[in-house]
Amino acid sequence: MPNKRVDVARLLEELRRRYGDTVKVEEVAKVIAALLSSGTPNLVGVSRKIYAELEALNRYIQSAKAEIAALRPDEVKAEYLPTATNELDAIVQATADATNEIMDATETIERVSEKLEGENQDSLADATTRIYEACGFQDITGQRITKVVKALKEIEVKVDALVVAFGGELGETKGKETAKPEAKPATPSDDELLHGPQQPGEGISQDEIDRLLAGFN
Amino acid sequence: MPVDKNMKVLVVDDYRTMLRILRNLLRQLDFRNVHEATDGTEALLKLREGGFGLVISDWNMEPMTGIQLLREVRADDKLRHIPFIMVTAESKPENVIAAKQAGVSNYIVKPFNAETLKAKMASVLGEF
Repeated sequence: MPNKRVDVARLLEELRRRYGDTVKVEEVAKVIAALLSSGTPNLVGVSRKIYAELEALNRYIQSAKAEIAALRPDEVKAEYLPTATNELDAIVQATADATNEIMDATETIERVSEKLEGENQDSLADATTRIYEACGFQDITGQRITKVVKALKEIEVKVDALVVAFGGELGETKGKETAKPEAKPATPSDDELLHGPQQPGEGISQDEIDRLLAGFN
Repeated sequence: MPVDKNMKVLVVDDYRTMLRILRNLLRQLDFRNVHEATDGTEALLKLREGGFGLVISDWNMEPMTGIQLLREVRADDKLRHIPFIMVTAESKPENVIAAKQAGVSNYIVKPFNAETLKAKMASVLGEF
């Protein structure tokens, strides 16, 4: 019977040398498979309990790989995310175009209303002001949609990382290193402050802002 | 001293729609000498041409944000006296506090109406 004894320490050292502390899941699976294929009697220093757990871990990894592969993360990255981003960009453009049309028409009404007098002129001036105010929706919705697009880009990075972690089976990979979080400065950065527009209940009202500002005086 | 409605007003926003809204609302208030910029860098260049009496700026713009513009304005001896109103969708207390600490004159949260704009302008320029 050939000696299939596995030198676990040597395998781990080899993995550490090649990948540092970030080891691809499929490499872990290979080590476990090598351990299992070597046969229980030849496993040096590995108890039956650990052997059973390794076997279970191997099954779990294989099952997770199959499930994730079935989700086609490469397809999500290549097709669905760009499509969603393009659709959202189109919404922003369409609402901007429509808003400009509305304002073109309102400016015309305003010019004509200047030729009127009295109550009629006041009434139209009031109406045009309200239209201008309402057109602000485009700015707010545009900012909200931009936030969604940013979130989609974050998801794309995560999907990329997933594809890298599970190796070539899930599609082309393009690794990106995860930046280490930096120590928080005492004054919040712009990035930490820019989260608007807030959802109802998250931010404060104009009256509360006025009170807050008054507190500085 | 009456407010000079011919003063140069700089409105800064990366959304063309908002620039147009502000320009129209300002016109309805008889402020017709309105200039535009789409981010802090462009705004700073225009402000350094001189003669501005008021800045109305958004916060969330690239590459230079509204608060960076505000800090630049307050750090510049020739510009630091100009009233600066932030008009933004950022409505968290920490934003208001950060803007105040940077020297903002007043703060308007979007969406806003013409009445609020007029009231905040009056608070920094005087009644008009």
